[in-house]
Amino acid sequence: MSSLDDLYRRVIMDHYQRPRNRGEMDQDSVTINLNNPTCGDRIQLQLKVEDGIIKDVKFIGEGCSISMSSASMMTEAVKGGTVEDALRMADLFSRLMQGEEIDDEDLDIGDIEALAGVSKFPARIKCATLAWKALQQGVHDSAE
Amino acid sequence: MNIKEIKAQFPILSQQVNGHPLVYLDSAATSQKPIQVIEAIDEYYKKMNSNVHRGVHTLGTWATDAYEGAREKVRKFVNAKETAEIIFTRGTTTSLNMVATCYAREFLQEGDEIVTTIMEHHSNFIPWQQAAKVTGATFKFIPLQPDGTVSLEDVKKTITDKTKLVSIAYVSNVTGTIHPIKEIAEIAHAHGAVMCVDAAQGAPHLKVDVQDLDCDFLAFSGHKMAGPTGIGVLYGKRSFLEKMVPYEFGGEMIDFVELYDSTWKELPWKFEGGTPIIAGAVGLGAAIDFLQDIGMDEIERHEKQLVHYAMEQLSAVEGLTIYGPKERSGLVTFNLSDVHPHDLATVLDSYGIAVRAGHHCAQPLMKWLQVSATARASFYIYNTEEDIDALVKGLLKTKEYFGNVFLG
Repeated sequence: MSSLDDLYRRVIMDHYQRPRNRGEMDQDSVTINLNNPTCGDRIQLQLKVEDGIIKDVKFIGEGCSISMSSASMMTEAVKGGTVEDALRMADLFSRLMQGEEIDDEDLDIGDIEALAGVSKFPARIKCATLAWKALQQGVHDSAE
Repeated sequence: MNIKEIKAQFPILSQQVNGHPLVYLDSAATSQKPIQVIEAIDEYYKKMNSNVHRGVHTLGTWATDAYEGAREKVRKFVNAKETAEIIFTRGTTTSLNMVATCYAREFLQEGDEIVTTIMEHHSNFIPWQQAAKVTGATFKFIPLQPDGTVSLEDVKKTITDKTKLVSIAYVSNVTGTIHPIKEIAEIAHAHGAVMCVDAAQGAPHLKVDVQDLDCDFLAFSGHKMAGPTGIGVLYGKRSFLEKMVPYEFGGEMIDFVELYDSTWKELPWKFEGGTPIIAGAVGLGAAIDFLQDIGMDEIERHEKQLVHYAMEQLSAVEGLTIYGPKERSGLVTFNLSDVHPHDLATVLDSYGIAVRAGHHCAQPLMKWLQVSATARASFYIYNTEEDIDALVKGLLKTKEYFGNVFLG
């Protein structure tokens, strides 16, 4: 597989075209707006956290296939799980972007591993991490 | 003029990137540097390096001569009346901020107006926006035509007797629009307003004559015109520079320092606090020599021909949207069907083709165009029709690539 094919895996394009958890919530949610000032990608992430569980998560945004598919995958991975696991996944994702192997983890990150190819494109890492940054900030804000 | 020979003078362009010959189409972001510029900087550090305007020793004299010699080259390049009107800065951004801070913030007040357009680069937008906020002046915009140009009718309607400052790009970094600066300056002056020009995309590509344009300030960067990064120019008419306060205080810019007050050096050094960017100025001087050896008219003619060819070839690519007017400077901003510009730029990069993707530091314009981002191919003296053919080929491959992924 060429590194380009590795970047644009089919599962990534699937999330890009059919994003999961795309939309807005109206009640009891924390809303985070983040953007990549250098390239114009933007995301609005909403989180509903109860008793340490992420009950619901939704996003809307504009951006490239990497940023939007990463957001879709992230929501799928963290929804219904604990805040603690979500933060561990965020940390794991950041290591994945630095090109680390992550097989030893006990977390089920689902489709996310497909984004590992991004680590070979330094200019695109920011695209992939945008949604996770929003998640970290949202969890932080929920705790307040 | 032989483009192949010119291109051969740019060492960086002869390399392979991602297994393909480099096709550099991002000169509006920063241009590449010819060997003459690289060697001039090298020579300066090897033989002359010293601080300027203070050394009694010989190296100090050589460095000062080289630095002030570069200023004279810039003066000639923009046809300023005297070198006192040429201030070396860090780049266009600093130059425009100097005008906003040392002129607009000092002399404007509530009820005054600052006029620009929504298609400016952020560096010719935010300094005025913030100066308006601080002074209470009104921030106004000349409306745009659907093709991203301005009409002189609208300029006349927007500039009033309350307008104290007008600042507009010579050439848009997104649409390539060349604004009628001379005519706008005339209208501004008829109302007693000061005319400032962001020439970051103008000076590298067109002949700039500040006396003919009759602008009061003009800003540009060295790195977009074959020179090094970190050096730029602010041209200002003496009468304005004289009454402005210094931008930075410290060494190099003072006359007498007393305990409770100080006086400033004469122009242009009043605005050059601290050890200046000496090697950068030397490099810019070499870049000016390089451009003038070719001739600015030749450069303009070459780019016009190239952009004409690019518009023709790109228009034939199905699903491609081009933004901006037909008549333009050497750049083309576009989107390709549903492919996001970042994805497009990544695929092109895998073929060694460097284009810019994003909002090009012009968020208000992106909003007006109703896009979140675009791709941009920009040309300079070393680009050829083959580069544009490579771009078109790359775009077709990108379409094919994402077509397969999307359909698969």
